[in-house]
Amino acid sequence: MAKRYVAIWFPSLKTDWISIRNPSLQQKAFVLATPDHGRMMITAANVEARKQGIDKGMVLADARAILPSLEYFDDNPQKFLRILESIANWCIRFTPIAAVEGSEGVILDATGCAHLWGGEEAYVDAIANRFKKFGYHIRLCMADTIGTAWALTHFGQNKLIVASGEESGALMDLSPAALRIENDVLERLYKLGLRKISNLVGMPRKALRRRFGTAFLRQLDYALGVEHESIIPIIPPEPFQERLPCLEPILTLTGIEIALQQLLEALCLRLQQSGKGLRLARFSAYRVDGKIEKIEIGTNRASNQSAHLFKLFELKLGNIEPDLGIELFQIDATKVEDVQATQEKIWSETSGLDNDDLMELIDRLSNKIGGDHFQRFLPDEHYWPERSFKPSDSFQEKTASAWRADRPRPVHLLHTPEPIQVMAPIPDYPPMLFRYRNKLHKIKKADGPERIEREWWIEEGPHRDYYQVEDEDGQRYWLFRSGHYSAEKKYQWYIHGFFA
Amino acid sequence: MGVSDLIEKADILAQLQRDILPLQGYKPLPTGNRMNISLGPVNSSFPNSSFPLGAIHEFQSQSNEEAAASTGFVAGLLSHLMRDGGACFWISRTRRIFPPALKTFGIEPERIIFVHSDRANDLLWVMEEGLKCRGLSAVVGEIPELSFTASRRLQLAVEQSRVTGFMIRQHHRQLKPIASVCRWRISPLPTELEEGMPGVGFPRWNVELEKVRNGKTGKWQMEWAEGQFNIIHPSHQATIVALKTKVG
Repeated sequence: MAKRYVAIWFPSLKTDWISIRNPSLQQKAFVLATPDHGRMMITAANVEARKQGIDKGMVLADARAILPSLEYFDDNPQKFLRILESIANWCIRFTPIAAVEGSEGVILDATGCAHLWGGEEAYVDAIANRFKKFGYHIRLCMADTIGTAWALTHFGQNKLIVASGEESGALMDLSPAALRIENDVLERLYKLGLRKISNLVGMPRKALRRRFGTAFLRQLDYALGVEHESIIPIIPPEPFQERLPCLEPILTLTGIEIALQQLLEALCLRLQQSGKGLRLARFSAYRVDGKIEKIEIGTNRASNQSAHLFKLFELKLGNIEPDLGIELFQIDATKVEDVQATQEKIWSETSGLDNDDLMELIDRLSNKIGGDHFQRFLPDEHYWPERSFKPSDSFQEKTASAWRADRPRPVHLLHTPEPIQVMAPIPDYPPMLFRYRNKLHKIKKADGPERIEREWWIEEGPHRDYYQVEDEDGQRYWLFRSGHYSAEKKYQWYIHGFFA
Repeated sequence: MGVSDLIEKADILAQLQRDILPLQGYKPLPTGNRMNISLGPVNSSFPNSSFPLGAIHEFQSQSNEEAAASTGFVAGLLSHLMRDGGACFWISRTRRIFPPALKTFGIEPERIIFVHSDRANDLLWVMEEGLKCRGLSAVVGEIPELSFTASRRLQLAVEQSRVTGFMIRQHHRQLKPIASVCRWRISPLPTELEEGMPGVGFPRWNVELEKVRNGKTGKWQMEWAEGQFNIIHPSHQATIVALKTKVG
């Protein structure tokens, strides 16, 4: 399919922008100026100013001599470049690929977009009308090549659409300046009497290259469509995206499922070919009434298995309201990662965290009840019990340090230690008995103390002296005294865990 | 009737019993299964004299101490099941487990995936889905209240997938029965060290097998030491082992 481009030229972008913001200026003459070699040079003039014979390239002082009431503003090229970028962003509504061209132009890749507006005329009119409503003066043109579209916006006679394959015809009468070439090349062309593109086209390429350089030839090729010109889109298109337009609006769940299945298969095929898998994906359904229904899924490990991804989406399909019907489905892989190629084992099933079944199960469960319900812990290098392990954020993360198992640790740890009443007659000895939840426990055996200091660089407070104790029924507890044993100062005993 | 007749009859009966077991959901372990759990004399209580894998084991406890003992016992069993690098789900409302302590029971704590939710239905659903997944070595659930129907669903799930499920139920009241192959009660016992040594020894429990389908119930005293279960004979003194570290 032939490419179609729309070039939009804002001949008076800067002054238009200022007039839109200050409507009072619309009837007044004003200019933008910038310092240049110690003078203020006019860089843009509005229509009123131009009527008085003031145009860009003049010195501001001269202009004010002509028109003393002339207002002027400082020019800031960077700011206007940003404005142009935001205009290009706004144009995304007409096509997914929009780019900034030079300092006053926007290029839209309109390939396959016009039919959504009911044809190219309607498409171009829609763009022109929107900008006119904003108050921008624009010239625009739609053509097969960027070069032709640009040339006709700047030098053409209001020709909006160049039909496919008629570029050369449309260009013939234009000046070579329409080819976006450098000034000295243009001067040389004029000197030789080559004032129209038609003069150039018949010439041998060798001669043209020798006289005007390869850059000139390339511009000519761009305009005529001999060579393809690429643009840098303002928003890079989603590389892994699939769309499925429907002939008739889809209303039923079965229809949505079929659409999802088709899109996923196409997407997964592309992902597999490039060795990628998706971590996040979005399924959008464009409704007839203009609303977009979206559902998103995430996986714990990059996946390109359409059956698995379908299962994940399936859990959320109920959230899509077709209302009057869905006319376009789209799937985007919003986060893509390389797939870990796994060695297929013939003899034994892989178990552990790399197991595909397990990962697919966790994806399915976490998309239903939320991924934060699934936790895995890794050792952390702290002695303080509450900080001796940390949650891991991925299921593939490996332990950086080893788990410590050289000290007795309870299988059940209380989230916050609970205070207990104890009888401990001898300092730095385990208590003889303690009362926890109104039950008295007589301690028969004990180990300790194990002193664990609070990490002062994290928080301040007393240390803990831990004891592993066993009562007369054989029940084992982890107790600690917070702070030193002291006759004067208050200290408290706590229970912190239960041993198996 | 001669002696040979009797022997023949016994053979027929044994053969019939062997035939019935698979029909009741007991599938013989594949030969060379490394996950066979050796519990010494306890094994003789089980059908086929092997620890029932691919089944639901229920652990009832009435106090925090008993729950901790059950956790320790389950952790010991898990260490056998996860020996080949498998992963495990541990499902509960809130986390009580202190992951570093599992290391002392021979488990790599990072291979346990903890699942927490306030909604009991979510927990049950995760447990059922986990039990259906062949990629898991075991699923542990701390779900005190569940209906008999729900537990039956869990049992059906494991019969398909051969994943072993452990259900730790703690409640101060008598719990409603659920469908399970074995019901255990683990309670702590005073530990013993070598004669005359002060301090707390290896974890020791009173292990009571209250119910076992097609097996014999029983009661034992067991100790977890040096990565395995040891039976304590009441007459016997403490297991004599070089004590360097003790486990919780």
